[in-house]
Amino acid sequence: MTVLVLIEHDRGSLNPASLEALTAARAIDPQIEALTLGAAADGLAGELAANGAAVVHQVHADLLSDYGPEAWGEATAQAVRALKPDAVLACGTERGNEVMAQAAARLDLPMVANCIEFVPGDTWTITRVRWGGSLLEQCTLSATTKLVTVAHHAFEATPSQAAGTVAPLPMTLDPALARTVVADRVERAAGVTLATAPLVVGGGRAVGSAEAFAPLEELAARLGGVVGCSRAVTNNGWRNHTDQVGQTGTRIAPDLYIACGISGAIQHWVGAMASKKILAINTDPEANMVAKADYAVIGDLHKVVPAITAEIIRRRG
Amino acid sequence: MRVLVCVKRVPAPGAKINITADGQAVDTAYLAFTTSPHEECAVEAAVQLVEQHGGESTVLTLGPAEADEQLRYAASIGVNKAVLLPIATADWDPQRTAAAITAAIRELEAAGGAFDIVLFGNESADSGNFQVGVRVAHALARPMVNGIKGIEVDGAAVRARRDSEAGVEVYALHLPVVLGVKEGINLPRYPTLKGRLASKKVAVEQAVPQGVAGGQQMVTLVQAAEQASTTVMLGNGPEAAPAVVDLLEELGILK
Ligand SMILES: Cc1cc2nc3c(=O)[nH]c(=O)nc-3n(C[C@H](O)[C@H](O)[C@H](O)COP(=O)(O)OP(=O)(O)OC[C@H]3O[C@@H](n4cnc5c(N)ncnc54)[C@H](O)[C@@H]3O)c2cc1C
Ligand SMILES: Nc1ncnc2c1ncn2[C@@H]1O[C@H](COP(=O)(O)O)[C@@H](O)[C@H]1O
Repeated sequence: MTVLVLIEHDRGSLNPASLEALTAARAIDPQIEALTLGAAADGLAGELAANGAAVVHQVHADLLSDYGPEAWGEATAQAVRALKPDAVLACGTERGNEVMAQAAARLDLPMVANCIEFVPGDTWTITRVRWGGSLLEQCTLSATTKLVTVAHHAFEATPSQAAGTVAPLPMTLDPALARTVVADRVERAAGVTLATAPLVVGGGRAVGSAEAFAPLEELAARLGGVVGCSRAVTNNGWRNHTDQVGQTGTRIAPDLYIACGISGAIQHWVGAMASKKILAINTDPEANMVAKADYAVIGDLHKVVPAITAEIIRRRG
Repeated sequence: MRVLVCVKRVPAPGAKINITADGQAVDTAYLAFTTSPHEECAVEAAVQLVEQHGGESTVLTLGPAEADEQLRYAASIGVNKAVLLPIATADWDPQRTAAAITAAIRELEAAGGAFDIVLFGNESADSGNFQVGVRVAHALARPMVNGIKGIEVDGAAVRARRDSEAGVEVYALHLPVVLGVKEGINLPRYPTLKGRLASKKVAVEQAVPQGVAGGQQMVTLVQAAEQASTTVMLGNGPEAAPAVVDLLEELGILK
């Protein structure tokens, strides 16, 4: 069996989720191969070898000098035609899912997104996540080449040294595919983001207005964290969607998530559940967020949050 | 400008998703239905594009007869036309869904002219296959980018913006295009009373969906494992503040 892993990188910098995909692939078959698109990724061969790639297939093409869903999808499809692998795995990231869908459409093959478990065979049996991770689905996949993406965080990346023999894969890409390549980009300013913050103070509908987030901002700032919110808040226009935690917002994983006036709907919870600890502040002791949290304060957030800040000032000045 | 937007009717679960005894579906006995927030934003984007550039918008769904509700909701905020592709089973696999939507688009375009923009959600809320829009776009030989959080149209030129891990990416495209929209692109409006009344009168066109089963077949739904949690109560009201700050110190968050 040949299992090929499509490596995700941004202008040569490896997306660590690719290492999870390599680990997942080794659980299917210890002998795995990697595919990198664009010359910028050539430098990754050593790291891919250290993570189990026996062969690293490298594709060079002008069109692959930056990301483009169609160029990447077409290159992946051509690699499948040339190498005839039994399976191709990619990470279940925005790009990973997009490229695999593009490749699947071009190959007229099925593609199963965000998988967490594989039982290989003639037909594979797969467990995948639905509802952003709140529900699992068991499905079967029958295809000459199995195209799947691996749900982010489902596998813990572990190194394993392999040969990593570099094998150039010649390919001609139709210049017409340039219609969807990145034309422009604005780099993000450095700093703590919601996804990586060590502490998040979340506010829900009960906060009541944009202005009423000020005490939450203050508490977050004192603790070196950032403010997040529920969809009820973004829907009311109180905060930007970039602050939204949940299925259609950001997945957070702080050391502590302080959820203030948030009921804990499943679509919010799925974005918060990777938090190491959760403290719920809610007037309703029956709220789902309270039931699922590690700690809770029952009370009005408008009184509790300023009291916490005042106590911090009392102790630390 | 002619804009088509594709939406999917899904249950709106609350605190927990319960599964039916046979493991084939979400137990919807006490649930309302909705579409993904991504798709709500795609509907809003369709209405705004027509407000800015003139023309007409159409909403399409493949689903049970009850999906009429989601079509009319789209109409209530300003979408002009609605198309239902009725299916008897709960859900079609993504290849089959894409084939049916592609066939329907071909028929609609043969009758009423090409769509300049076809909008999808970034992913469906329930099955999250991340592919139906991409497959439709490929079948129609149109460019497709997913995850879009900004659309600007100037003549035939389209600039579509999306967030990436590195920052913001902009795609310069030419009509016709297919785009997958992400929540945050806009703030969907609420229907007005007038909009609600008007949506009741919209004639929902029906067409028989065409498509053969694909290679991915659902066997059963399974509840995700949940860690049992016991909540430590730190107290009631502002009097709990010292206990909270003790905790912040204990966790090393307050240094
Ligand atoms: C497909 C889909 C995707 C979704 N994606 C997301 C998502 O990404 N993120 C998200 O957040 N939601 C998402 N939602 C919406 C979600 O279902 C809920 O509607 C939303 O999370 C509710 O927000 P909330 O908890 O702030 O509001 P509510 O549910 O209204 O809860 C308010 C809470 O505040 C408490 N409260 C009231 N007064 C006070 C007070 N003075 N002090 C303290 N507590 C008080 C109440 O007891 C209650 O628990 C999605 C929904 C769907 C269908
Ligand atoms: N049954 C359906 N009817 C109409 N549109 C759909 C359907 N299923 C999926 N879509 C569209 O395709 C997008 C991607 O779906 P998916 O590939 O399931 O993640 C959704 O956000 C919808 O816009």
